[in-house]
Amino acid sequence: MIAYADFALAVPELILSLGALGLLMVGAFSGKEAARTVSLLAIVLLIGAAGAVIEGGNGAAFSGAFVVDAYARFLKVLSLLGSAIAVLMSMRFARREQFESFELPVLIVLASVGMMMMISATDLITVYLGIELQSLALYVLAAMRRDNARSTEAGLKYFVLGALSSGMLLYGASLIYGFTGHTDFAGIASALADGQPASLGVTFGIVFVAAGLAFKVSVVPFHMWTPDVYEGAPTPITAFFAAAPKIAGMAVFVRIALGALDHVTHDWQQIVAFMALASMLLGSFAAIGQKNIKRLMAYSSIGHMGFALVGLAAANENGVYGILIYLATYLAMTAGAFACILSMRRAGGMVEEIDDLAGLARTNLPMAFLFGALLFSLAGIPPLAGFFAKYFVFVAAVEAHLYWLAVIGVLSSVVGAYYYLRIVKVMFLDEPAESFEPMGGELKAVLWAAGAFVLLFVVIAGPIGQAAEAAAKSLF
Amino acid sequence: MSGLPLLTLTTFLPLAGVLFIAAIRPQDEAAILNIRRVALITTVATFLVSLGILAGFDPKNPGFQLTETAGWMGGFFAYRMGIDGIAILFVLLTTFLMPFCILASWQSVQVRVKEYMIAFLVLETLMVGVFCATDLVLFYVFFEGGLIPMFLIIGVWGGKRRVYASYKFFLYTLAGSVLMMVAIMAMYLSAGTTDITVLVNKPFPLSMQWWLWFAFFASFAVKMPMWPVHTWLPDAHVEAPTAGSVLLAAVLLKMGGYGFLRFSLPMFPNASADLAPFIFTLSVIAIVYTSLVALVQEDMKKLIAYSSVAHMGYVTMGIFTLNTQGVQGAVFQMFSHGLVSGALFLCVGVVYDRLHTRDIAAYGGLVNRMPVYATLFLIFTLANIGLPGTSGFIGEFLTLTGAFEVNTWVAALAALGVILSSTYALWLFRRVVWGALTKPALKAMVDLTPREIAILAPLLVLVIFFGVYPAPVLDACAASVEAIIRNYHAAISAGGQTAALGSFPLFR
Repeated sequence: MIAYADFALAVPELILSLGALGLLMVGAFSGKEAARTVSLLAIVLLIGAAGAVIEGGNGAAFSGAFVVDAYARFLKVLSLLGSAIAVLMSMRFARREQFESFELPVLIVLASVGMMMMISATDLITVYLGIELQSLALYVLAAMRRDNARSTEAGLKYFVLGALSSGMLLYGASLIYGFTGHTDFAGIASALADGQPASLGVTFGIVFVAAGLAFKVSVVPFHMWTPDVYEGAPTPITAFFAAAPKIAGMAVFVRIALGALDHVTHDWQQIVAFMALASMLLGSFAAIGQKNIKRLMAYSSIGHMGFALVGLAAANENGVYGILIYLATYLAMTAGAFACILSMRRAGGMVEEIDDLAGLARTNLPMAFLFGALLFSLAGIPPLAGFFAKYFVFVAAVEAHLYWLAVIGVLSSVVGAYYYLRIVKVMFLDEPAESFEPMGGELKAVLWAAGAFVLLFVVIAGPIGQAAEAAAKSLF
Repeated sequence: MSGLPLLTLTTFLPLAGVLFIAAIRPQDEAAILNIRRVALITTVATFLVSLGILAGFDPKNPGFQLTETAGWMGGFFAYRMGIDGIAILFVLLTTFLMPFCILASWQSVQVRVKEYMIAFLVLETLMVGVFCATDLVLFYVFFEGGLIPMFLIIGVWGGKRRVYASYKFFLYTLAGSVLMMVAIMAMYLSAGTTDITVLVNKPFPLSMQWWLWFAFFASFAVKMPMWPVHTWLPDAHVEAPTAGSVLLAAVLLKMGGYGFLRFSLPMFPNASADLAPFIFTLSVIAIVYTSLVALVQEDMKKLIAYSSVAHMGYVTMGIFTLNTQGVQGAVFQMFSHGLVSGALFLCVGVVYDRLHTRDIAAYGGLVNRMPVYATLFLIFTLANIGLPGTSGFIGEFLTLTGAFEVNTWVAALAALGVILSSTYALWLFRRVVWGALTKPALKAMVDLTPREIAILAPLLVLVIFFGVYPAPVLDACAASVEAIIRNYHAAISAGGQTAALGSFPLFR
């Protein structure tokens, strides 16, 4: 029975879905300035939905397939913020690069609906629906510059590999359904609660589901698409890919692992620990050789998802808390870093090489300072936000007695520090190159906000920590 | 005692200076002069405030004093500050040296003055914070955070190979420290608190001690630095600007020794007892080997850097003798080395500013042109050797006495370092200052300016004062050192054997 109360819980999703349709109409009928109008309205819509998420109540809906709890609300706000920032950062870029179209913000809004479904999903069917809604929008976004070979290549690559991973996810889900008789997480959990290890069929299902989800959050060994898609997609779209979908993917991963499979922890813990470890190491080592800053950010995001997965491998409340803090800081750091990357414009065109940042500290000190703070934060150096994020996930790992994971993890963060330092070195130590064109106001705002977040996290983290703590509690 | 949060004030006052400097636009000479002035005023004010700590400090109390506690990050961590007799020495050393560092950079730093001063003031906050923090996480935040400004100081204002040196400094220290971070987490989960004032009175379970000890050792041995992980130090010292070298030698290296005293001895006493021979071995190698290496250096700063490593060997040896003379000697040695090595780097800076080379071979016969400089340099050189009557003597003598009680061989071998240090230090002095003034470039050298005298004179007074009358330093730390030793013996007699490494559940 679907009741009015069910829809009341899904108000933010409804706002976005109906809003996206409305925006399409607005775009179609408002002529030349359509893209700008629709973008601004999309931002309003996303922020409004975030407000509705904050104000909304908790509960389960649609026969237990959809749940709103503190965990979902925390992550929804994060991913909506990520989407709103992406729309904001894409406006000027799209106009200058001449692929401005009002479909772009609409697609981001639709992807956000998918993400919110993912975050709230407590049934394998809803998970799949959410993932597909999100992914289809993302494939189109990657190929947004239709007449650019790299962009279309990125879109195609993303589509083919994404479809494959969705297939794997679906196959795994069907195995789990077949061997437990349930698609809803609670049902699966109670079917597996007999104290026995999972049967072979369920184990296979877990492996396939994990593989599909690993693709969505791009962790090793399902990361190969990331650098190519990040490099090929238009930069603001890359900024979008790097933040919000990762948050949603991680949300699903955690909820399936700890909601549906919490009685068979031993069957997936090693898989997750391996993926975390391999991602941290690959993210650190492979980034060293990169010259293109977008590819570097791709490897960096692989590494960061590895660090976040450490919290999941721990499979305890501290671990979830760590993941939530990690995702919050990761969102800020990624948004800030991409605001810098988007400002790397010279003579009317974008430049993407790390060496193009040479001597930025002399040509634009505030930007270099903030970017430097973000990079040190990404490297996990205290007192910046990134350190605390790493601290919490590793505390959880130590609590779960995963000492080897913690030790190798922190050591790989030292390797990671090397390539972040390289960018700092280029900005602060090298002779200045030609200066960039002045930063756009909206990029400046994003950069300052992100920089302030990582610098002042030590002071302002209280409310975020409390929200994350409530969110982590709601899963247990 | 006043109600002011003196420790917090001392720690964060430099940040107020940062805000002022950040507001100044360095567009002309006058503005840059203002930046320098603000930095100087801030550091002097910080020093004056830190004297307030001294006034409120009770040397008879072995515990933590002037404590401050507050919630932090929504209650997940706690902001805890406090000092004992050991920490106060280093707080004062730091705040005392900072104005001299600013003065020493008055003319030698001409590019990007604003950023330079900001980096130094931020560094001061972080250094003072390390010694004031009485919470493990807070300590770690200060301890690690110092890497960022130091990386920039070496990297931006350093010498020719500054990039290499700054990377090496950063990555070496970070690699050591992250293991300590994992240990801190394990300690938090085992003890349920990160409050150092609680942890120092409650040794950890024997099965964990070795692991935790090694994790902390990894960090402090790099920071100290101990042989064989000392190789970052000569590079960092050589390339850093003068004031950076001073802080590196005088304060940053002391964090390693301070860490051993604050964590390794009270929290892992049984492991410390088991591993003392290991530390002795490394210390003696450091003393003898790096002294020999210092002998063949051709770069003045590098020579002093290697001599620092050797002197830190006395410190580690003294700490792990685990008797009063040894530990007090180590504390005194650190304090004295802070003054002496700082002064020596300033002396090198004086001639470097004039000739822009640190090659020993480029100098010779400076006494003819710079008699005042020659005198001051000689006294600091003798203090570095450990001549009785200078502060260098007290520390070396006490640590050697302490070592002699524990192990005669260690003391005998370490005493070789005394001979070797006089060899390299006097030989350096002979090559730079004495002899005939033959090189044409040196003929134009002028003697110390009033500013330089103003920098070096207070250090000279202190080096001699503490050499003749070391009681203030020794009395300040006596009660705290006694408490550490007492706790250590109590733990040893209660504890028995530590479990060997294999029994720890590393793999599930």
